[in-house]
Amino acid sequence: MKEVAIVGVGQTAFVRGYEGSIRELAFDAYKEAMLDAGLTAKQIDASIICSAPEYDKQRTPAGTLAEYLGLNPKPTFYLETVCSSSSSGLRVAYSLVKSGLHKTVLVLGFQKMSEISSADSQERMGRGSDVMWEAPFGTMMPAYYAMHARAHFQRYGSKEEDLALIRVKAATYGTINKKAVFQKGVTFEQVMTADVIASPLKRFDCCANADGASCLIVADKDVARSLSKKPVWILGLGAATAPITMSGRDSLTGLACAQEAAKEAYRMAGITPQDVDVAEVHDCFTIAEMMAYEDLGFAKPGEGKDLIQAKETYIGGKIPVNVDGGLLSKGHPIGATGGSQIRTVVLQLRGEAKEMQVKDPEVGLVHNIGGVGVYGNVSILGR
Amino acid sequence: MGFERFGVVSFTSQTKASPFIDFLEKGIIAGTQCKGCGMSYFPPRPDCAHCLSSNMEWKEVSGKGKLISYSKLIYAPTGFEGDLPYSIALVEFGNHMKVFGRLSKEIKEEEIAIGMDLKVEVVKLPNDRLTYEFKKA
Repeated sequence: MKEVAIVGVGQTAFVRGYEGSIRELAFDAYKEAMLDAGLTAKQIDASIICSAPEYDKQRTPAGTLAEYLGLNPKPTFYLETVCSSSSSGLRVAYSLVKSGLHKTVLVLGFQKMSEISSADSQERMGRGSDVMWEAPFGTMMPAYYAMHARAHFQRYGSKEEDLALIRVKAATYGTINKKAVFQKGVTFEQVMTADVIASPLKRFDCCANADGASCLIVADKDVARSLSKKPVWILGLGAATAPITMSGRDSLTGLACAQEAAKEAYRMAGITPQDVDVAEVHDCFTIAEMMAYEDLGFAKPGEGKDLIQAKETYIGGKIPVNVDGGLLSKGHPIGATGGSQIRTVVLQLRGEAKEMQVKDPEVGLVHNIGGVGVYGNVSILGR
Repeated sequence: MGFERFGVVSFTSQTKASPFIDFLEKGIIAGTQCKGCGMSYFPPRPDCAHCLSSNMEWKEVSGKGKLISYSKLIYAPTGFEGDLPYSIALVEFGNHMKVFGRLSKEIKEEEIAIGMDLKVEVVKLPNDRLTYEFKKA
């Protein structure tokens, strides 16, 4: 099924406090992707702009960015599924191209989280859950994932130490990713003795806010084959949802939206988890990566801990995961995150990942989650 | 109107589920049940997504529930800082009704265990506000 491809990728460095406006931030990722693809603005038929809107002063940023990037008069629109916005963008771009409506579609994800004050940010944090029934208790993202961690520990005997191993792996690769916000190494002891944020999660179990942008260019096979770089084909896409309320969930030991999305993506690509050579998963918290191993079928439920204990998710292991440092080291600029994960896998499949390169991968997978397991997106790419 | 009295900080004032507050006043935590198909809901809602009926009745959530999971927060969003530290939790009652809320600070940390029996009780807060919390059953 080689009909729709990713032909260009770009990403800014993820930083704390980008000194520029959102349009300039977006431009940096756009320029890199356009040069990568060897395309000009005239060849882009439509653009999809992806971010979480509550951080921006600018209303309807798509219009502003389309102008600044030189994409007028082609259509543009805005898309949001919080942390998975740009994976949703890829899904829509795929369908626009596959339908024949457009030949080339640009997906630009961005977030300047430092656009608002930390007080404003704290206020918005409280509204990430169901505002009628859960936010009035004083909820935070780390605490929700912490509840999943505790449920996972209880059911499967996984431990804080297993989560710490995931953070150590992320830091190992963060040190070789020049675009990561956190490039320092972290020891097991540092992770284990850090301040508690929401028990049992501690400081290093949580990813950091960051500013950044990512850009993907999606094209049909004719455009893809006319360009000089090797196209990376979209083989399978899965998307699913689960209740935002904890009350609505059957289980807290995995994310149902990820399990559903994975099933759909594997079916569409006609592959099994064992066929995946390299993966990027949404490790906004260490427990999220542990659940991803199991939700994606890299390990049976409860056996994710064995995978990390045996270092099977390092380069050279059975299934290398987040060998660019993941969200834990790169930082998590909400709207840009999915595009960054997809870029990493595209570079891997092209053999352009340099120090992070996994040996000769043919199939790569991206798992990108919006909210606390509300929006699940799994994308499977191949050479 | 009335729903703005729910919880430490409320973000919603108008909802057809506001009788929930009237029940809290009476010391009752209530969900809803569809009269058409019998589907039970917590949190309560005036519309049934299962059979599309809006003919619902209120049902008390009572008895013992079991703790599914919890987390103690050391950092809080704006407006909740004064309550720190506090624990959020999910508790399953009969009829598969799961209730999200806070654990009572009366429960000592070393006593908290997944699977423990809990009950839910209304709590009156300052400034005429109402909420509920989980206590040892």
